[in-house]
Formats: sequence, C-alpha cells, structure tokens
Amino acid sequence: MKKIFQKWFPPILMTVMAVWFFSQLQPPKDKDFAFGEFGKLPVIYDGRLKPMDSLARNSLLQLREKQTLNLEPWKGWNENPKIISATEWLANVMMNPQIADAWPVFRVDNPDLISLLKLPGKNESQHQDGKHYSWNQIAPSLDSLEKENSRVEKIESANRTAYENAVAKMHGRLELYAGLKNAVQPADAQDWPAELAAYEKLIPDGVAAVKAQQAGQKFDQTNFDAFAAFIQEFQFMSNLEPPLILPPNGSGDWRRMGDALLDAPRGVAIDDSIRDYAKMAGALAANQPEKFNAALKDYYSTLVPTQAKALAKARAEVFFNQMQPFYNAMVIYVLAGLLAIFSWFNLSETLRRSAVWLIALAFFIHTTGLIYRMVLEGRPPVTNLYSSAIFIGWGACLLGIILEKFHKNGIGCVVSAGMGFITLIIAHNLALTGDTMEMMRAVLDTNFWLATHVVAVTTGYASTYVAGFLALIYIVRGVFTKTLDEATGKSLARMIYGIVCFATLFSFVGTVLGGIWADQSWGRFWGWDPKENGALIIVLWNALILHLRWGGIIRERGLVVCAIGGNIVTSWSWFGVNMLGIGLHSYGFTDAAFKWLSLFVASQLGFIALGLLPPRMWKSFSARA
Amino acid sequence: MSIKKFALIFTSLKLTCVLLACSIVVVFVGTLAQVDDGLYAAQAHYFRQWIIVGAHLFGRQIPFLFPGGYLIGTLLLVNLICAHIYRFQLSTKKIGIQLTHAGVILLLVGQLATDMFAHESQISFAEGQTKNHSESATDYELVFRNGDEETAISSKLLKAGDELKIDSLPFAIVVKTFWKNSDVNFRAPMMQNAPPLVSNGVALDFDFMQKPDVKTTDEKNIPTAIIELIGQNNSLGDWVVSDWSGEASLVETVQNSYAQQVGADMARNIASKLAAPQSVEINGRKFIFVLRPTRIYHPFSLTLLKATHAVYPGTDIPKDFRSRVQLKNPQTGENREVEISMNHPLRYKGLTFYQYQMSAGEMVERAGETPSSVLQVVRNPSWLTPYIGCAMVAAGLLIQFLTHLVKFVSKRKTK
Repeated sequence: MKKIFQKWFPPILMTVMAVWFFSQLQPPKDKDFAFGEFGKLPVIYDGRLKPMDSLARNSLLQLREKQTLNLEPWKGWNENPKIISATEWLANVMMNPQIADAWPVFRVDNPDLISLLKLPGKNESQHQDGKHYSWNQIAPSLDSLEKENSRVEKIESANRTAYENAVAKMHGRLELYAGLKNAVQPADAQDWPAELAAYEKLIPDGVAAVKAQQAGQKFDQTNFDAFAAFIQEFQFMSNLEPPLILPPNGSGDWRRMGDALLDAPRGVAIDDSIRDYAKMAGALAANQPEKFNAALKDYYSTLVPTQAKALAKARAEVFFNQMQPFYNAMVIYVLAGLLAIFSWFNLSETLRRSAVWLIALAFFIHTTGLIYRMVLEGRPPVTNLYSSAIFIGWGACLLGIILEKFHKNGIGCVVSAGMGFITLIIAHNLALTGDTMEMMRAVLDTNFWLATHVVAVTTGYASTYVAGFLALIYIVRGVFTKTLDEATGKSLARMIYGIVCFATLFSFVGTVLGGIWADQSWGRFWGWDPKENGALIIVLWNALILHLRWGGIIRERGLVVCAIGGNIVTSWSWFGVNMLGIGLHSYGFTDAAFKWLSLFVASQLGFIALGLLPPRMWKSFSARA
Repeated sequence: MSIKKFALIFTSLKLTCVLLACSIVVVFVGTLAQVDDGLYAAQAHYFRQWIIVGAHLFGRQIPFLFPGGYLIGTLLLVNLICAHIYRFQLSTKKIGIQLTHAGVILLLVGQLATDMFAHESQISFAEGQTKNHSESATDYELVFRNGDEETAISSKLLKAGDELKIDSLPFAIVVKTFWKNSDVNFRAPMMQNAPPLVSNGVALDFDFMQKPDVKTTDEKNIPTAIIELIGQNNSLGDWVVSDWSGEASLVETVQNSYAQQVGADMARNIASKLAAPQSVEINGRKFIFVLRPTRIYHPFSLTLLKATHAVYPGTDIPKDFRSRVQLKNPQTGENREVEISMNHPLRYKGLTFYQYQMSAGEMVERAGETPSSVLQVVRNPSWLTPYIGCAMVAAGLLIQFLTHLVKFVSKRKTK
C-alpha cells in the first residue's frame, strides 16, 4: 500500500494541479450583456493592436493595480463583495459613464493627496474603504489637482516628493480615464444614437452656415451654433488621445471616433462601425442586453471580411489574458518549493518527487506563456524589464531542473521553485505600469540583436542568480540546520562552480554583443554607459570568482560567499542602474523599487556575514565533527 | 628582490585577482560619478586615467586615491601576456583557456587602438542639400578665407594671451579671451545696454557671455573668442568670433527662440545679423573669418534625398528613422542611392555613416520646415577587433566548460 502511494502520489498531485489550471482556461459565460465578446473587439492603443480585454485590464492595472474591479471594496474578502470583469467596467466607462463614474476605480494611497482631493476616509457604514474612489468623488476637486500638477510637472521626476509623485500619477490616471470616456461617444452624451443622427442630419446645413459665415454672407445662426457645438465636442474627444477604436475606412489606418466624426463634414461618410458603436452605447445605457448583443454581432460581422487578421490576433490575446500563465505558474512554484524544502528535513523521496512533478507542470505553463507572448508580439523573449523578469525566471528554473536531474537531492527543485516564484512576483509588480507588450522604439526595433545580445545577457543574469541562490541554500542549511553533510556541501559547491562558469560565458558574450550592437547602431563599441558598466561588473565579478578559485585563494566557503556577491552585482545591473538614470540627484529615493533593492542588498550582505562566521558556529559543521 | 622575482609578480594569478577587484571598484565608482559629473567628465576622471585622485560622489568631494582605468587595463594586459609566456604550454587541455585569454588581449588592445585612432564627426543636412565634408561635434577651428583659399586654425591653439603668426596670413592673431562654452543675446536697440564687447562686427548687435561647460552627452559646448588682428604696423581691430555665428543650425536655433518673442520677420532679421560674415582688408586682400566646427573634407559627396521619421499609429513613439542618400564619388565614377537607418549604417571608404538625429515627420511637415537629418561619421580602423575578440573568448570558454561538463557527466555515469 505504502509503495503504491509513494509511486502514484506525485503524478496524481500534478494531475490535480493541471486540472485546476485547465479549468481556468474556460472564460466565465456572459449572463445578459455579451461583455466577453465585447472584450474580443480589436482596438489600437499605445501604438499596438490589442483586444478591448487587454485595454481594459491594462487600464485597470494603471488605475487600481488589479485586473478586475471590486465594486464593494469596503467589504472584507469573506463578505463576498461584488467583483466585475475588466471588460464590463470598460464597456460602461466608454458607453454608460453615468453608471461607471460612480464606481470606486481610482486607488489613492497618499494621505496628502486624499486631503487635497477632499476625499472621505475609511467608513464602512458609508461604504468607504479609504483607498478606492470614484470619478464622481474626485471630479469636484479637479481644479486643485490641475493646479498642483502644473507645479509638479516643472520638477524633475527624481526630485519629487512622494506626494508630488502621487499627484503626477493621479493626473495621468485621470487623463487615461477621460480618454476612455471619450473613445466611443462624447462623455456627456445623454442619448448618443439620437445625437449622432442629429449631427448627421445637420451636416449639410451646418457646413453651409459655416461657409456663409466665413464668406461674410448672411447665415443661419441656429444651425451655425448647433454645428459649432458638435465640432467643439468632437475636437475635445480627439484631443484626449483616446484609443483608436474604428477600423480603417478603405485603405487608411485605424481611426479615433472624434477624428472620424470631424471627417464627416469633409465628405467622409459616417460608416457602419460608427453607427454600430452608437447602437451599443444606446442599448447599454438603456439596459437592453438583446439590442446591445445584436449591435455587437453586427459590428463583428462587418470586421470579418476586412479585419480577419486583427480579429484573430485580438482573440488570441484574450485567450492569453484568460490563461494568466505566469500567475498560475507562480502558485504551483510555491507549492513545489514547500514540498522540496520539507523533503530535506524528513528526507522523503516521495515529497521530492512530488516537487519535481509539480515543477515540471509549472515550467510547462511558464514556457507556454513565454512562447505565446513571443508569438503575440512577433519578438524574441525579452523586450522590456517585465519580460526580462519572466525570462530570467524561466532560465533559472530550467537550470534548476538540470541540476535536479544530475544530483537528485531536492536542491535543484528549490532553486527552480524559488527563482520561478521570486521573478514572477517581480514581473507581476512591473506589470502594474500598464501594457507589458509596448512597441519597440526605433533603435530597439531589431529582432536579431534582441534575440542575441538581450537573451545572452539575461541568461547571464539568470545563471548568476542561480549560483547565488545555491549559495544561499548552502549557508542557510549549513548555519541553521544539520542537513548540510559533507557530500551535500561538496555537491552544492560543485554546482555553484559550474553555474559560475556558465554565467561567465553568457554574461561575457552578452555584454560584448551589446557593444557590437552599439557599434552597429551609433558607431561606438563601448561608451561607459551605466547599463553597460553594470553588465561589465557582472562579467568581472564572475571572472574574479573563477580566478580566485583557480588560484586556490578561496575554497568551498569562499566560493559560496563570493557567489552571494553575484546576487548583489546582478541586481545592481538589472535594476540599480535604471534608478541612477531616473534619479539624477536623489537616486530615486522615493521610488518603491529602490526600497526593495536596498532591502535585498542588505539581506545579501547579511548572508555574506553569516557565511563568514567561523565553522564552529555552523550547526552542520559542528554536527560533522 | 631579484629581477626574476620581480618579473614573477607579473605572472601571478593573485595580481590578476587584485586587478579584477580594482576594476570592479573603478567601474562602479565611475558609474555613480556620472550622476553628478556627467558622462564625459566621469570618463575622463575614472576610465581614461592613470591615477584617480579624489572622487565627487553624492554631491560631495570624497578623498579617494586609486589606480585609474588606463593603469588597470595596462597592468592586466601585461599580467596576461607575462602569464602566458611564462606558463605557456601547447596542449589541447589548455586550448580553451588560451583562446579565451588571447581574445581578451585582442579586446583590450582593440579598445586602446580605438581610443587612440578612432575619429567621430557628423554630417547635418536638409533634404536636397549636398555635403562633401563632415563636422566635428567637439572640435572647432578659426578659419580665414581669401577667395578660395582657406586657412584653418584649431581652436585648441586659441589660448587667451597667445599671439599666433601664420605664414599664409599677412597679420598676427592675438587671442584676448577664449570661452569653451558661451551664450548669446541680441542687443536690442533702445534698451539699456552695457557697451559692446568690442566695437566691430557681430559684437555691435550681440552680447556674448561665458557659460559653464556642459556635462551630458546630449548638450554641447559652443565656444566664443575675442581676438585682435594685427597687421604689419597697425591693428585691424578687436573682433568677436563665435560658433553661434559660424554654425548654421545654431543661427537657426537663435532665430526660432526669438521668433516667439518678436515675431518671425524680426527674428529673421536678427538671424541674418548674427550670421553676417566678418572680414578685414589688408593690402587689397579681403579675409573673411569665422569660428566653426572643424571640418573634414571627403573625396565624395552625399545628398540627402529623403528623411523619414515614422511613428506608431496614434502615438509619438518613434518606429523608424531613415535617410535616403545619393552617394557621388567623381574618382570612382560612383553615383548611387543608399539608405541609412537605425541599426543599418553605411560603410564606405573606411568610414561608417550612422543615422544619428532627425527632424522630419508629420510635426515638421506641419510647421512647414524642410526635413533634415544628421549622420554620425566614424573612422575606426580597429572596429573589427571586438567581433573577433568576442568570438575567440566565446569559443574558448565554450571549449573549456564543455570539456569539464563532459568529464563530469561521464564520471557520474561510471560511478
């Protein structure tokens, strides 16, 4: 019986988690309004074609750091607060702002900003959680915010206080929100389909009145005023630079609603896409799901003949959003890591094997997400800070799996799980700034160098971190537990040495390739730029470790201590130098990331200090003697 | 200590370790220093330096004495070469390590050569314009032109108090003031103005004043000098020469900044006064003189046909910069069109032309300006060394680690 349990528990556990993962792929069914289908409509924003679903999720991330909207934030999570999907929220902001403007969608943490905006504090009986506020609550204080923002704008971002940063951020959020409100219809439209029809009817007379007025002839004042009011309204819409929601009319580019409406008097007819959106807006505001769904279906069918590619891409991205591969992989990594750590204490092979099976599943999901992203973007894996975190986690996890295959002592598992979890947490936080698939600026627009230089450098990062992580395991197990016997210690040291060699190769090649890229694009191989220097320090550090080891200047423990130093230099290169770039004088002290980096470096220095303790103070070493 | 012992120091692995550690410190401190000092100053103080004395970090002066980048690099090179000569043995076991180190030597030597021989300049032109020279971004020259004959004096020779006599010029030049960086202001009539700097030429209409040197890579110094020209027996007067008048793009900058204050017509008038040539006459020969970026003439010419600046739809994010250029070389009879874009430079006659800056696209068209482009022109005879060095090191490390790995794996299998 026990044997059967030992044999079958790991694959069964993995199957359970796999079922859990696959069950989430099915999106929740639309109840009345087909918001799920609405989410699949293509739009262009930030220069990129994406589904409404992504626009909604990214906007919510920017506004409140979550991909869903909690309508009752004052309730505890166990009181079953009403939570709606990002697309339901976005559809209402765009087409039914009377309702959406009352939803608590803006997260405000800074107390000074809360008092500037005269927002109420936490009060459950009045349905206030003291953190989330609606447009209606903020709107009365827009003037004071505007005034503060024009002052803050003149201060270099590095020199701003936390409050001033919050002001600038809030201003950006309100701009985003105002843009979304004006993407489909003028935000203050009462009955948009009727207003659109009135505008269309007015165009001939309105144009005539304007022409007459310009020529100095008699003109119809009523028509002129009504027409001018429309034009002003549409110009206001366009100036907010909302998403481009209308498909090309003929051969051109995607269009903003405001621009298309302004084009109508110039002889570009108001087409079906404009009307379909107006129908959707009218139906949503009048709470008529059937009409909304019918208009949505009409619009979708007009896109099918001309925009098949865009539709397919949008659908694929919606599926990716629904899958949330990195979040799900993170959850499984945690579980696997815990199992592997427990396996060290009771030395249970079943636990270790369970960890291996789970890591295989998590790595599969992680890989799927990575490849899916590459296909969606048409790019190599690393294009920005966010994707570098995903890739470093992936590479480290792969190295951990290889180590586990050779050594079979649970250490590789803990490396995979730990690095996977930490990097995906970092990625999750980096994603809070909005779209993570932003377009590449001209100089970066080269798949060849992104695929070679960037991948090599990030592989160098990943492997340096793996060496550092192994060193942490060595020290923690050695100092605090008796589990680091001589064989384990030796095998850990051998792993660290091998990984440092690997890291040296990749960080060197990656750094030099970066120089060659620079030589190709602006004619200088090496410019002592902070990012270049950061990468160089990693190379030098790894080379130093190898030479110290070859010279016999350091041995097992020295190697371990030096490898932890690798964590510090890599983090410096990955994040530290970016903060220098932002913070010309204050070193970005107000930046939340700076706090985390400082904490991390301090913790690593603490581990180095532990590693330098004399052997008799190590539990494992005294146990051996 | 015997000579042999002394020589052995240079072959030691300990020295390698010390040097690697030192270089980490220098690179790190040199990076931090860029925050306050800017890239150029930090480079000069920490990397292109033998001994670093004092550091300026976090806005304060810190006592610091350390070997500089040049010293560490040279010692590393000596260390590497000595160690190789001393320990060299031709065996397949060591081939990876030797290849790696040879690659590192090549990289270090190549960078040294680049430092000594590479030369950068720029070509800036509007659509339709043809240029057969490029201009330095950092060096200036004082040029005297008599007919077609040009005499150029590098601004490095213009030191306050010096008197320069040049064979081809019938007068001496006395440098009264030289400002590495300067600013310019129009002397508006009817205003309470201090007396002009000198009573000739451009100084009558403009005030020039000294400014602190620039710190970052995207700004540049704009020099101005006050000179006196002295003929055989009489002075030809004091003159102000400035890059503000000598460089067309700067004149345009001044014009644009005044256009907002005083209107387009007045601004054009001011600009033409700033750019008006200054000259002296001696023995019936007229010499026009100007201070301008140092020119490098090429045996071929480039004409900008089209400058393209594309953005992603609905944004200002640049998607693509490219210049279509007509290349004409009368010596070889070449006359062809080439396209230069980000990441795709033109390599021609030992020079490389990179897309550098651009003023084109929708905004420029709407403002009614002619699109223009700036190419970076680099002569770097050792540009290939990083490519070869990188390949050697990569191959060397790969061989080394793979042999280790194979050994490790086969050992485990036999166990």
